[in-house]
Amino acid sequence: MQVTSDEFKPKAHEALGNARLQHALGHLQTHFVANRARAFREIDFEAVRDAGAAIRERALADLPRYLEQFEQAAVAAGAEVHWAETADEANRIIADLARRHAVRKIVKSKSMVTEECALNEALERAGLDVVETDLGEYILQLAQEPPSHIIAPVLHKNKEEIARLFAEKHRRPRQEGIAELVAEAREMLRPQFVAADMGVTGANFLIAETGSVMLVTNEGNGRLCTTLPRVHVALAGIEKVVPTLADAATLARLLPRSATGQSISNYISVLTGTRRAGDLDGPEHMHIVLLDNGRSHLLGTPMQPILRCIRCGACMNHCPVYQNVGGHAYGWVYPGPMGAVLTPLYVGLEHAVDLPNASTFCGACVEVCPVKIPLTDLMRELRAQQYERHLRSRAERYALVLWAWLARHPRAYAWAAALLAGVLRWLGGRARTLPGARQWTAGRTLPRSEGRTFRALYRRRRAA
Amino acid sequence: MSARGRILARLKARRGKQPAAAESISTAPVLGPDLLDRFCDRVARLGSDVVRVSTLRDAPSAVARYLDAHAIPRRAVCWTELLALPWRESSVTVEARAARADDPVGITGVSAAIAETGTLMLASGPQTPAGVSLLPETHVAIVPSSALLATMEDAWVRLRGQAPMPRAVNFVSGPSRTADVEQTVTLGAHGPRRVLLVVAEH
Repeated sequence: MQVTSDEFKPKAHEALGNARLQHALGHLQTHFVANRARAFREIDFEAVRDAGAAIRERALADLPRYLEQFEQAAVAAGAEVHWAETADEANRIIADLARRHAVRKIVKSKSMVTEECALNEALERAGLDVVETDLGEYILQLAQEPPSHIIAPVLHKNKEEIARLFAEKHRRPRQEGIAELVAEAREMLRPQFVAADMGVTGANFLIAETGSVMLVTNEGNGRLCTTLPRVHVALAGIEKVVPTLADAATLARLLPRSATGQSISNYISVLTGTRRAGDLDGPEHMHIVLLDNGRSHLLGTPMQPILRCIRCGACMNHCPVYQNVGGHAYGWVYPGPMGAVLTPLYVGLEHAVDLPNASTFCGACVEVCPVKIPLTDLMRELRAQQYERHLRSRAERYALVLWAWLARHPRAYAWAAALLAGVLRWLGGRARTLPGARQWTAGRTLPRSEGRTFRALYRRRRAA
Repeated sequence: MSARGRILARLKARRGKQPAAAESISTAPVLGPDLLDRFCDRVARLGSDVVRVSTLRDAPSAVARYLDAHAIPRRAVCWTELLALPWRESSVTVEARAARADDPVGITGVSAAIAETGTLMLASGPQTPAGVSLLPETHVAIVPSSALLATMEDAWVRLRGQAPMPRAVNFVSGPSRTADVEQTVTLGAHGPRRVLLVVAEH
């Protein structure tokens, strides 16, 4: 996926004016937020997320050991484990595997890390036929668009757009109903699973204890991709490892509830190695590609907590910024609060300079994160780094310098506040746009003040 | 040094800066004594059909009735362990083999039935191919009450006690589904469109 994270402002502006998108984004509140709340009433959210955060931190605290344990167990079960430092390396490894196994057709289960690597494009350049099978990703592949949400990739599209797309690409009479559209996709994709030589998936978790790849899904395409083709390739970030099967059971309580409001997702598949002697189905070859791509550089730094992320999407579902502009504005695979942290870290802060600032620090994301990532703290840390590196506009820098000076000089601060109070008494209470602050004042009414600062009033009342 | 070597070296160098990590605590809930009722309640809420029978030998007639009611052919691929049930007496044709895309019905047993969430645990093996619960449009699961457990943690303990890890352990909680179109849940995505559980109480 092409990185356009430096275009956040124009894209956000465009998104705000897109009526169809705004209508679709309404589902975030009515479906994702409401369903998640309902699902977490069943369990003690705070207690379970404490356990979830502890599991993720335990894995990160000893990551090399758990990765080696995972590798050993996976290899013992018949899998091959490959290590890739960069996205390009991962793509090369997978293309080589396709060549080695004489693969022509690949079916894919939804995987954000494969979007991060732009794997599809690399495989297509190598002459392979790649078919996305998750319904949302399939629709995106037909429309040649990137995903806008990490759980619901076609959140931004409505039924009519999908119906039109299917009629055009499948060359069939147009269906109107949602059930009919889903049935049509099932019919078109089933033969692809049967004909495919290789299935490519991500991994929701890698279980160190048993060397297993765990997939949390609903549609059944993940299972088909890992049962029918003779080769299975799983690509996963190195941070996805969890120590034990019991740990995975705890995360299975958190992930579906946080993502879609389900008590459990329809299918949880724990896949360990290749077809056993006597098995009648399953892949003959299994390859697990462990991807670094910047993750190891975050370990041991103040940014480490973002590596706990289990890709549930709860943060973006509750974010007032994401709720209004959607995912495409963020310009890469990872949108919303987790994207505001990850995208700058992976593509470079200088290429994503507006993302850590796309936040009011309301903290809704922090409240719902199932592994307690301090997202607003991490965004603040990135803002501090932006300042150190002079990445923001000069006007913003001067404003911050002025503010810092005033904050260190109380008498000057008090004088400036008194001046401002006087100005707002004169100017406030009426809707007007101010030159130089048009963005801020176009949608807001200047507050009216009674003319004196709080401190002046307090002093006066204390004296009385 | 290989990529593997470089990645591990970087991780090991940074590991020293870690605080001591907290021990893992179990989040498995304590459920009441009536696991069977909780299991059946959850299963029904997930959109599966449930039929309760007295013993396993009553299962084939319950399955035949269900297939007729939905106008589904009485023809199935099944797990080897289920061949011994009286299918012929109910005019249901069963074959124990790998599933094919054109099989209308797949009949499996279960490794465990998890009451917490109404979930079936299915472990793959030479006599329990993974495709039987996946390829056909209708999945029938024969669940003896002895398979009932409270949580996924309990299910792992039971499975690990029996054998080395199977290739695929699938936790199935209903018919396949998607909400990708306008966030509207639709049953019958790529996996089975309908799931019938036949729960044998004795």
